[in-house]
Amino acid sequence: MEAIEQANRAAVGRMLEADPVLIDVVPACEAIPALADGRKILHAGPPIEWDRMCGPMRGAIAGIAVFEGWSAGLDEATAMAAEGAFEFHPNHHFGAVGPMTGMTTRSQPVMVVENRTFANRAYCTVNEGLGKVMRFGGNDAQVLKRLAWLRDVAGPLLAKALRECGGIPLKSLIARGLSMGDEMHQRNVACSGLLLRELAPALARTSQDVQLLAELLSFMGGNDQFFLNVGMATGKAIMDPVRGIECSSIVTAMSRNGTDFGIRVSGTGDTWFIAPVEMPEGLYFPGFTETDSNPDMGDSTIVETIGLGGFAMGAAPAVAGFVGAGAASEAGNYTRAMTEIGYGENPEWTIPALDYLGVPTGIDIRLVVETGIAPTINTGIAHKEPGIGQIGAGVVRAPMDCFKQALRAFADEMGVSGQ
Amino acid sequence: MDDNKLVEFLNAPLHVINVGLEGFAEELDAQGVPVVQVDWSPPAGGDPELAALLAKLGA
Repeated sequence: MEAIEQANRAAVGRMLEADPVLIDVVPACEAIPALADGRKILHAGPPIEWDRMCGPMRGAIAGIAVFEGWSAGLDEATAMAAEGAFEFHPNHHFGAVGPMTGMTTRSQPVMVVENRTFANRAYCTVNEGLGKVMRFGGNDAQVLKRLAWLRDVAGPLLAKALRECGGIPLKSLIARGLSMGDEMHQRNVACSGLLLRELAPALARTSQDVQLLAELLSFMGGNDQFFLNVGMATGKAIMDPVRGIECSSIVTAMSRNGTDFGIRVSGTGDTWFIAPVEMPEGLYFPGFTETDSNPDMGDSTIVETIGLGGFAMGAAPAVAGFVGAGAASEAGNYTRAMTEIGYGENPEWTIPALDYLGVPTGIDIRLVVETGIAPTINTGIAHKEPGIGQIGAGVVRAPMDCFKQALRAFADEMGVSGQ
Repeated sequence: MDDNKLVEFLNAPLHVINVGLEGFAEELDAQGVPVVQVDWSPPAGGDPELAALLAKLGA
């Protein structure tokens, strides 16, 4: 259908024309004014209420309620949540994204990525590091102390530096990261280092306290996943201008809340197409097995939506081993498979090891349903019980049923029936 | 095909391309017959309603 081809060319064109720049770090209630009032908690994935939330999501909610001063302790926070004391909304409904449990509340610092081509902004909290962290459901004193340090020390220092240097362009930085072995979901070593290198002079110029500056540099330098949240905000900033293009069958968001997996498609507006989320297959940290794991979770699939993560596995052979996806030599096969469901390729984000193949760009629901090839997602694995945290990393597929539902709704929108 | 050509054909080395179900290719491979496997499945996993939609939507 020519109308679909034209719409999809426009959709992928907007993705390729995007110019994401990391410009600021601000309190979430400043970026998202709706958070200033009431007890609103933004979470990863499509909409969900307390009674259907998984263990780590509940753990994170209890923790963030204590962090915001809404509850005196975790037990009280859990009871309040069950009684409906908090409002729950998806990050995606407020221009934001969050990894794993994806907690975003009023006082947390959020990084601001501006898409300068389309003048839209997207937000994501600052990455906490690995291990017992809130995004994996961690909620003890150590987790809350780190969140407070991010709010009181790291956020303001990063904000000053970013404002002073005029922002960090991200498109070229990601291109360099791909050539250095990152896929921007489970491997962000190169991009985290490149970002630190870009920011360090401005941090040095704007920080008054050498001790605090050293703490921040040490935190960023020791956190190989620091860039993940930047990459996620980048993905959201790139995909939001693609929403709502009439006749386009391109996916604009993939996201999961630990219970459901949801996708949105450009031509069907902001409707979520939802199916039960799947269990990742992967490798576990010592002492844990698959019986401990929670199903797939997080807004981080926005990076696959823009052609990174599992779609760029060929750029990151080291990740194939880390997530249990087979031999390093097989990493390219994942990317090649994703070209079957991508509308085009990104000529600026290329993979040297695949003869400079551009990452598959613009997931077309028609191609997903026709081929039966579901998007590949690289992911962290959380413990199924609240408060424990990350226990491994793996690979998971987006549920095919989301795409089948979306195709039927899209056909309906196009006035096409299967009879 | 006349009888001579048929005998010639059956006696010549086999060159096999197998489309779809891998079991056929695996059997031949086990007997030392060179075989190229083509990964294929019917559109939409054989679902007639979705296949009809896809045909109309130009996939």
